[in-house]
Amino acid sequence: MTNKNASSYWKENIRYVAILMFIWFFVSFGAGILFKDLLNEFKFGGFKLGFWFAQQGSMYVFVILIFVYVHLMNKLDEKYGYDD
Amino acid sequence: MGMMISLIENEIGVQNWTYIIVGITFALYIGIAIWSRAGSTKEFYVAGGGVSPLANGMATAADWMSAASFISMAGIISFAGYDGAVYLMGWTGGYVLLALLLAPYLRKFGKFTVPDFIGDRYYSNTARFVAVLCALLVSFTYVAGQMRGVGLVFSRFLEVDINTGVIIGMIIVLFYAVIGGMKGITYTQVAQYCVLIFAFMVPAIFISIQMTGNPIPQLGFGGQLSDGSGVFLLDKLDGLSTDLGFAEYTEGSKSIIDVFSITLALMVGTAGLPHVIVRFFTVKRVKDARKSAGIALLLIVILYSTAPAVAVFARTNMIETVSNQPYATVPEWFKKWETTGLIKFTDKNDDGLIQYLADTNNNELIVDNDIMVLANPEIAKLPDWVIALVAAGALAAALSTAAGLLLVISASVSHDLIKKIINPKISEKGELIAARLSSVVAVCIAGYFGINPPGFVAATVALAFGLAAASFFPAIILGIFYKKMNKEGAISGMIIGILFMLFYMTKFKFGWFGGGTKAEWWFGISPEGFGTVAMILNFVISISVMKFTSEPPNSVQDMVENIRIPSNAGEATH
Repeated sequence: MTNKNASSYWKENIRYVAILMFIWFFVSFGAGILFKDLLNEFKFGGFKLGFWFAQQGSMYVFVILIFVYVHLMNKLDEKYGYDD
Repeated sequence: MGMMISLIENEIGVQNWTYIIVGITFALYIGIAIWSRAGSTKEFYVAGGGVSPLANGMATAADWMSAASFISMAGIISFAGYDGAVYLMGWTGGYVLLALLLAPYLRKFGKFTVPDFIGDRYYSNTARFVAVLCALLVSFTYVAGQMRGVGLVFSRFLEVDINTGVIIGMIIVLFYAVIGGMKGITYTQVAQYCVLIFAFMVPAIFISIQMTGNPIPQLGFGGQLSDGSGVFLLDKLDGLSTDLGFAEYTEGSKSIIDVFSITLALMVGTAGLPHVIVRFFTVKRVKDARKSAGIALLLIVILYSTAPAVAVFARTNMIETVSNQPYATVPEWFKKWETTGLIKFTDKNDDGLIQYLADTNNNELIVDNDIMVLANPEIAKLPDWVIALVAAGALAAALSTAAGLLLVISASVSHDLIKKIINPKISEKGELIAARLSSVVAVCIAGYFGINPPGFVAATVALAFGLAAASFFPAIILGIFYKKMNKEGAISGMIIGILFMLFYMTKFKFGWFGGGTKAEWWFGISPEGFGTVAMILNFVISISVMKFTSEPPNSVQDMVENIRIPSNAGEATH
């Protein structure tokens, strides 16, 4: 566990977090709020799409994001020998 | 057989069903508390640190979902329509922040409380003390609302006085929080999650089948009505709403900047709430902290994704049942809820019909948010045992959250204040007694506010998130991700952030500092959403002050390096 090891582990972690946080922002603040009116032009089933993202879709994506992060980090921990 | 069951049901009645179901669940909680009583401070604060990710996920979900989530949220959404999304996204999106930015590192840090982290990371008892004050302020405003929820459920379903209801609730919580500490709370919360999710889902599924023929409420409310008309439920509700003069249900009426700010403030506030954060101190390893955040959110989303469906069903049902109907023939539930004051009808034009309209001058019906979930099974004519189940679920939601908050309050006093600041030489046994005593005092204060709810309680519960967002969140994030952040920066950020939030909240909610109207909101942002602005200010102040003051000591910078690495998390210690 050298310092160099630790800092490249940290960099990879930050990269994962940045990508996942972008998606987090995009589905909730993007699709559910800022672009809601635009997306409401489209319908799927009885749902207007923007409304669906705000009241359903964003929450489902949140759950998936955390489990993706869990999976990525477990692999990263293994790669750097940080899993115990 | 079917006839016999319905015969028995008729004889038992809602009231007795409620006694039976609530009685069984209470006996279960008390049994668990006795079985899992805490023997050490470590068991009292963090349940011994060996909770499995699944159990911790369930406990976190129960801890998180309060009386507000269970009773009020679907009701609020059914009146707010699209705007209700701020709560749905706000109260779930925070878990992404927790899992990605906070929980793993705080677990690695390995202490008992949030002020522990702030105090050690910022090498300062002043920082610790500021954090204790913030934790107490946030937790007390929150817990008073829970006790009121307990009282409400008791008074309606068991037809006892609200005050008696609060006292019964206090005794139950006191019993398992004081005996069991975090360990008792964790395992009762696991049971409470099962009760509350079952109680929320059963009526939702029944009503979804009734209205749309689809047993999955999340799909049902986007489906067509089961009457064969081919009309989508949401289109119908949009139509009903505009006919009565309301905004279209799926459009809402808040401005985009306000919806944005409220959602962000709730997300960040969620991630900054001490009673949520502390749950991640109870698991064994860093990877368990990440995983249990995921499980907790999954379990929360089961309820949160059902709530907007319940909101749509309940609103459509309610409008159809009462709008323009003669008052003389309203169903029984209407009269029952009228006696609690949660439904109010004044026949302004004396035509004997109920006019439910957006225009307040001609509207004759006022329906409280809180009854949409509680009365929903009755409105949909579901069997008595389902109605009783909802009462047990609401109590589970309120009690589990109250217990979690009381633990934070008692840990703040006995651990952060007494052990870390006032008397560091206190023995383990002494600290455990102090922890139990402070939880007794906390329950009594919470109970007092439950019986005599100050007018501002309901308003401040939502604002507790703003306070958490304005104080803890930036200090913790900077503490983990910015090695050079020092105590001067963090302390001034927290103090200015929380004062700024308090100022705005009291100005526009209670009319202090000259008060103000909606038209005068800064940037068009409501007090509920102002946590976002206060949080940004906290970040700006922290970083600016840091630039002009000295770097943190090397030992602290090494500690930050260390919490970023997940291995050797060890056990939570003093």
